[in-house]
Amino acid sequence: MKKNSKFQIPNSKKNPKSLPIRQAGKFQNSKLDEEEVGHIAKLARLKLTGEEVKMFCSQLSEVLEYMKVLNEVEAKGVEPTAQVTDLENVFREDEVSPSLEPNEALSCAPAREGNFFKTGVVLEK
Amino acid sequence: MKLYQLTISQAKEGLEKKKFSVKELVASCLEQIKKLNPKLNAFITVCEKEALSEARQADKKLHNSQFTIHNSPLFGIPIAAKDLFCTKGIRTTAGSKVLENYIPVYDATVIRKLKEAGAIIIGKTNCDAWAHGSSGENSDFGPTKNPFDETRVPGGSSSGPAVAVATGMSLAATGTDTGGSIRQPAAFCGVVGLKPTYGRVSRFGVVAMASSLDCMGHFTKDVKDAALVLKVIAGKDEKDATSSPMPVVDYLNLLEKPSKNFKVGLPKEYFIKGLEKKIEKRILKIVRLLEKRGIKIKEVSLPHTKYALSTYYIIQPAEVSSNLARYDGTRYGLPRENFGAEAKRRIMLGTYTLSAGYYEAYYLKAMKVRTLIRKDFENVFKEVDLLITPVAPTLPFKLGEKVNDPLQMYLSDILTIPASLAGIPGLSLPVGKIDNLPAGAQILGPQFGEEEIFQLARIIEKETNEK
Repeated sequence: MKKNSKFQIPNSKKNPKSLPIRQAGKFQNSKLDEEEVGHIAKLARLKLTGEEVKMFCSQLSEVLEYMKVLNEVEAKGVEPTAQVTDLENVFREDEVSPSLEPNEALSCAPAREGNFFKTGVVLEK
Repeated sequence: MKLYQLTISQAKEGLEKKKFSVKELVASCLEQIKKLNPKLNAFITVCEKEALSEARQADKKLHNSQFTIHNSPLFGIPIAAKDLFCTKGIRTTAGSKVLENYIPVYDATVIRKLKEAGAIIIGKTNCDAWAHGSSGENSDFGPTKNPFDETRVPGGSSSGPAVAVATGMSLAATGTDTGGSIRQPAAFCGVVGLKPTYGRVSRFGVVAMASSLDCMGHFTKDVKDAALVLKVIAGKDEKDATSSPMPVVDYLNLLEKPSKNFKVGLPKEYFIKGLEKKIEKRILKIVRLLEKRGIKIKEVSLPHTKYALSTYYIIQPAEVSSNLARYDGTRYGLPRENFGAEAKRRIMLGTYTLSAGYYEAYYLKAMKVRTLIRKDFENVFKEVDLLITPVAPTLPFKLGEKVNDPLQMYLSDILTIPASLAGIPGLSLPVGKIDNLPAGAQILGPQFGEEEIFQLARIIEKETNEK
C-alpha cells in the first residue's frame, strides 16, 4: 500500500503498523513471528485461530527459508516475466450482446434487495 | 470387454456401427461410479439423471438418418469435469466448502465446447480445494484414493479426474494444470494427461488459481484420445484475452505422420538426487527404445531448473492471494472463514511476498528468474525438438505422508513446475508399472508444440504397450 494513497482500507487507521522494511533485493532473516503473521492475516482478511498463527509462523518461515536459494541468481538487468503469451493489446469489437439477466446474476446471492446484492455495512459514519 | 473400458475412439466406432447405444455407454460408466466411488471418492457430484436424459436424446439423434456423427467429434461420450469448471445449473465447488452451495449460471468455455461436440457431462470430480495440492488430500470433500492401492494418493490437484479415467467412471476428464496438477496425477494413476501451452485453451469459466500459469487440459486413456479432445477444446476465445489466435491443427490426423525424425533431449537437471532410481531406470529404458528406432537422443541442460520451485512458490501464491480475494460471500459462496488450511497458507504467503518492502525481494526477483527459466527452454529447443523427463520424483506416496509438511508436498511438483513457468506444453504418458504402481514419462515441447508431443508420445505408446 502506498503511504500517501487517498484510499484507506477499512480499519487500516486502527492498525498503522506495517511490516518492517527489510533491505530491498535480498531476503535476510525469513523467520516470521506471531505479530507479523497476525498482520498478514489482517491484510488478507483472514481470521486465524491462535493455533493457526503458530502453525503458519513455522510453516511459512520454512517455505520462505527455502526461497533464499534465489539469492544465488544474478538477475540484474533481466526483464521480469509477467505473462508468457507475448500477446499485446488484445482488443475486440465493442458490440452489445446478451448478458446475464439480473435474476440469474443474483441466483446465488446470500441476501438480495430488489436487483441488488445486500451486504453488511462497509463504511460507518 | 465392458463398455466403460473403451477409449473414446473405440466407443465412437461402436456407436457409429450401432453395436451399442449412448444410453448403454453412459449407464456402464454410471455403474462403475456406483461401484467404485464409495471407496475412491473421485466424484463430488454425479449427474446421473441429466446424463441419462442426454443419452436418450442422443440415441434419438443417432437413429435419425439425417444425422451424421462426424460433425460431433465427441458424440455420446461420457466425460467428467474437474469441479473447477463452471457447469450451468450444476454445483461447482472447486473442492472447497466456500463454494459448497455455488450453482453457476453459465458454462466454462471448455464445457460449452465439449457439449457442442456431443459430449455428455457425467459428473463433477473431486480435487484439492482451489487446485491447491499434489495429493488430493486438501479437498474439503475428503481425499480421493489411488485405485491401484487405496492406501496411496492419486496425485493432485486433479485427483478425481485422473481416478475417473483410470477406472472407466468416464472415458475422459477435464483438468487444470498450474504447476503439474494434470501431469502428476496422470502419472500416479496410469493415464495420459495433457497440459497444453498456456493460452491454447480458454480459461474462461474455470475457478482461477494463478492466472499467469493456469492451463486447461485433460485426461484420457490413450494418446489418440488426448489429440482428439485437444482439437475440440483449443482455440481463441473472446472471453479470455490470453487465449491464443494460433490456428488449431488436426492433432489426431497428424498423429502418425511426424514431419521429421525427432531429436529428443534428456535434461540432466531432471535426473536429480531424490529421484527414485527405478523411475530413472524406466525413463532411460524408454530412451533406449527410441534410440533403437533411430531417434536421436542428446543430453541437454536447463541450468535454472533448481530455482523453479522457489520462483513458482512466490509467483503462484501471489496470484492465488489476488484471485481468492474475490471470495467474500457477498455475491455467491460462503464467507472467508470457510477456507481450508492450504488455501489460507497460500493466501498468507502471497499477501506477504506482495506486501510493502517485500515485493522487490520476492515477487520482482521471481518474475526475473522466470524469464531465465523461460530462456533455458528457448535455448534448448534450438538444439532438440522435444524433451523427455520423469513426471514426479516418486511413485504415488501414502495418504497422510506429506499432508502436514507443506514444503515436502510442494517438492513433489519439482519436475513439472519449470514447464508451467515457461508456459510450454507437457504430456504425461504411462510407461507401465513399478512395484505394482503406475509410472509416467513427461514429454515437453516448445510453445504450441502439442502436435510433435502427441507424435512422440504415440511412438512410445506403440513401442511399450502395442495399443
